[in-house]
Amino acid sequence: MKPLDPRLLRYARATRAYLVATVALGAVHAALLITLAFLLADAITGVFLHGAGVPQLLPLIAVVAARSVVAWLQEVAATRSAAAVKSELRRRLLAHVAGLGPYHRTPAGEIATLAGHGLDALDAYFARYLPQLVLSVLVPGLLLARLLPADLIATLTIAVTLPLIPVFMALVGMHTEAATKRQFRLLARLSHHFLDVVAGLPTLKLFGRAGAQAGIIRRISGEQRQQTMRTLRTAFLSSLVLELLATLSVALVAVGIGLRLVHGELDLATALTVLILAPEAYRPLREVGANYHASAEGLAAVEEVFAILETPLPAEGGAAPRDGALVFDQVEVRFPGRAEPALRLSATIEPGEIVALTGPSGCGKSTALAALLGFVSPASGTITVGGVDRETIAPTAWRSKIAWVPQRPHLIAGTVRENIALTGADHDAVVEAARLAGADTFIAALPDGYDTLLGDAGSGLSAGQRQRIALARAFLKDAPIVLLDEPTANLDTTTAAEVMDAIRRLAHGRTVLIAAHRPELIALADRELRLAGSLTPAGA
Amino acid sequence: MTVLRAYPLIKPAAGRLALAVLAGAGAAGAAVALTAVSAWLISRAALHPPVLHLMVAIVAVRAFGLSRGVLRYLERLIGHDAAFRILGDVRARLFTRLERLAPAGLADFRRADLAQRLAADVDAVLDLVTRVALPYAVAAVVGLAAVLVVGALVPVAGLTLAVALLVVAIGVPLLQRAAARRADGRLAPLRGELTTGVVDLLHGLADFSVYGAQQSRLSRLDDVDARMTQASRRSANVAGLSAAVTVLSTGVCVLVGLAAGAVAVRSGALPGELLALVVLTPMAVFEIAGPLPMAAQTYVSARASMRRLAELWDAPSPLSSLGSSPATPVFSDIPEIRVENVTAGWVPGRTAVSGVSLTLPPGGRVALVGPSGSGKSTVAALLVRFLDPRAGRVTLDGTDLRSIVPERVREVVGYLPEDAYLFDTTIGDNLRIARPDATGAALEQALASARLLDWVRTLPDGLDTLVGEHGMALSGGQRRRLALARILLGDARVLILDEPTEHLDDETAGELTRDLLAAAGHRSVLLITHREADLDGLDVVRL
Ligand SMILES: Nc1ncnc2c1ncn2[C@@H]1O[C@H](COP(=O)(O)OP(=O)(O)OP(=O)(O)O)[C@@H](O)[C@H]1O
Ligand SMILES: [Mg+2]
Repeated sequence: MKPLDPRLLRYARATRAYLVATVALGAVHAALLITLAFLLADAITGVFLHGAGVPQLLPLIAVVAARSVVAWLQEVAATRSAAAVKSELRRRLLAHVAGLGPYHRTPAGEIATLAGHGLDALDAYFARYLPQLVLSVLVPGLLLARLLPADLIATLTIAVTLPLIPVFMALVGMHTEAATKRQFRLLARLSHHFLDVVAGLPTLKLFGRAGAQAGIIRRISGEQRQQTMRTLRTAFLSSLVLELLATLSVALVAVGIGLRLVHGELDLATALTVLILAPEAYRPLREVGANYHASAEGLAAVEEVFAILETPLPAEGGAAPRDGALVFDQVEVRFPGRAEPALRLSATIEPGEIVALTGPSGCGKSTALAALLGFVSPASGTITVGGVDRETIAPTAWRSKIAWVPQRPHLIAGTVRENIALTGADHDAVVEAARLAGADTFIAALPDGYDTLLGDAGSGLSAGQRQRIALARAFLKDAPIVLLDEPTANLDTTTAAEVMDAIRRLAHGRTVLIAAHRPELIALADRELRLAGSLTPAGA
Repeated sequence: MTVLRAYPLIKPAAGRLALAVLAGAGAAGAAVALTAVSAWLISRAALHPPVLHLMVAIVAVRAFGLSRGVLRYLERLIGHDAAFRILGDVRARLFTRLERLAPAGLADFRRADLAQRLAADVDAVLDLVTRVALPYAVAAVVGLAAVLVVGALVPVAGLTLAVALLVVAIGVPLLQRAAARRADGRLAPLRGELTTGVVDLLHGLADFSVYGAQQSRLSRLDDVDARMTQASRRSANVAGLSAAVTVLSTGVCVLVGLAAGAVAVRSGALPGELLALVVLTPMAVFEIAGPLPMAAQTYVSARASMRRLAELWDAPSPLSSLGSSPATPVFSDIPEIRVENVTAGWVPGRTAVSGVSLTLPPGGRVALVGPSGSGKSTVAALLVRFLDPRAGRVTLDGTDLRSIVPERVREVVGYLPEDAYLFDTTIGDNLRIARPDATGAALEQALASARLLDWVRTLPDGLDTLVGEHGMALSGGQRRRLALARILLGDARVLILDEPTEHLDDETAGELTRDLLAAAGHRSVLLITHREADLDGLDVVRL
């Protein structure tokens, strides 16, 4: 494990200030430790050997007070910096995945784990690992410098054993790094799996698989335990070796100076100083070892965050959108892992036209709309808007001219009103849009009307009702281009007829593209654009 | 209270936990003893005794040096193992609980939040064991021993040590609570909120970006983030305070030990060679007790997680209980379903359907029609016992559904809901949920019946093609047909099909419906549809 990923400095500015603070505080901490050791050793020696009275306590009190202030500052700095770094990385991560668009394939559950639990593991890294790492360099350094004139042999013992520790740690680190990453991957996948399973719980129940799933969860947890324990055994083994090296060295030093005292080669004050300081010299390294595992997890998460941050965003044009015909020129859209293209289309849609996009399921109707919106890019061919390549148009400005009812609209867990007006709008406008979409009657019948809270994915409403909420959204947005993906899906004939009336009114003065299956809906259009379907090549 | 409820969960791992505490206490004891004995050894050595007199101490120092690391290793290993065992058990139990509640009993919860509870909140068990319970238990054992030893030498120093330990172990946590106002307790729900927000953002990304809401959704998340950061900052001050008090406590013990020890040495109550021991032992003890304030902080956040789990245990079940003796009736090959004057609803105070009656005779074909929102799906939910009627009754071969184990009902009655869920796995695995041991031929047969086989054959990976989250890598009609194929693969003898041909072109839809009704053979079918053309030759029930 690299002790410090340089990208952490680049992406999270708070890291830099923290490093400076940690080094400064570490130096003071080390100096105070040494002073304390000397004062204590002198005091004990005075009382024990020279029959002195109660020793001078003032300097000791001062040192203790100063140490607690340093401890306070260190802890506050660590926690605050960790919080700042986490926040910075989290915001960047979320903004970046949002920028990657709806067709990016990292599962939502994994991103959520990364943003939450994953980054939280940085706490350990910042509060327990980094400062100790700094101390593990500073304390032994200062200590050895101070110890050298006092006792050569103790100095040598420590100087020889100390470097063994980092060497050994590096070895263990190489061994466990991959394991830690794997373990974090497992965790991310598991979280996504849970999300999937919870969302599909009714389906599992319907097929009588929920009991089996509980068994699977038990089994996965067992596997997770075994894999984690395997990683931990090695990680803890490294702590064990550090611990052994450290404690044994301290024991050796203690015994060594004890024997030299007996032979009168050393005075008690020096011996006590060494005894107090020796464990402190090893302590930071021991703590580094003890906190190695937790910190490695944080770094593994951070690395995944960086990997996502380094995924380039889709190129965005900056041109202003133009009015005019929508032209699909030899457009072909492909998805990875599919032999057939999802869409092949050459067509021109004039402003003000209502065009029904038809064809068998899977022929690419929804894909055509997605390509027009700029969510997917054609593998070949171009889409132009008023003669300008869509790829060169700024996506936000372009999408602001479009109202879209997707095949499966996303409803948020919020009020009906929030769902119709995603960015807010005044009450009358919302009600009017709902009325046009044939939704106001059922909304009025809800217990809290427009303020009724919906659950996830609009639960609490029937599929047809959800469909009409999404339609209301489109009616509310006064956009020149309207894309409707099966707007009458899940609606009974009467309701569908009402909705189609509304679409007819809405279409006035706008360009409307409707992916349609129902004959009545197709009849509503000025003309039908039939997609051949990918099984039979277009134009055949 | 929480502890009592947790006991049955801990019981199977109790032996391991005890072992871990034992090893931990041994390790901590060795660490303290190492300091104490070396302090004495060195003081004694300063009096130049024969080396032989020091041999026992020398051997002891080396032994402590060795055993500490080994015992600590054992403690961590055994402790983590025990914790993971408990954790796996809790997770499986929690899932079973969720399963009981779904879907009606979980209406008030967000899915992502539930998943978060199942993942991260359950993980808090690990913290609770390894970072709270074990450190406290170990510190209690070793702290007590140290207090007794030091107290026997210099009573004042022992007393001070005892008080300082109590301050660190109990006082500081109490102080934390007062100062942080449970900042750490707030983090668990905030993390749930974050997960929910992230999942919502990503699943709704397309809609948000078209309706210009992406930025506002992101800033909502930034707001959650800001609250999390604020909570962390608050706990920063607390953590700082704890660290300072711990260092201060150590210092006070050392200084009191020094002063009181010096007085005792002068009065002859304490041999001079033990002074170093009295002064230095507290330092080693606080290395053990030092992390306790941190443990207390961990406890607060872990407890918040446990509370979130308890909420699920306490959520009311949507089904009326089965009474003392649930019937496991033997049904005829194709049982008859009757809905008798039923009233039902999902949330209190809102009726979704009232006064519905229908009969689905063995092998019958009945169409259920009604305007959008008239409660067709609610009727279906009643038939698979996702919901129990508020009035009236539903019977299967004459037995009230409420007296039949829900699982048994679902073996007989299969249901294709209008928003049938596809799991983020392959086409084949999605199908096999209906029948885990289905052969390749059976899968293909089901796909063919749903008119999806031709398409699957064009896929390079065939049945191993991934369908994406919520089936997003399939077209709307493909999703629908895959779900349909899945229900056909199962062996339910009564099928409830809610708009099975939605998202298909008119012609295909008509043909598919005819095929389906024919392929169902002697099974009964309740067809929910809005296509008037489908109704020919079916008994029609209107809502
Ligand atoms: N994200 C994706 N990854 C891979 N393949 C995809 C993805 N989205 C769609 N496809 C495939 O592209 C083809 C066209 O899909 P599309 O959703 O455009 O069809 P459609 O005409 O809208 O069908 P329907 O009428 O069923 O909605 C289908 O074969 C589908 O499986
Ligand atoms: Mg489509």
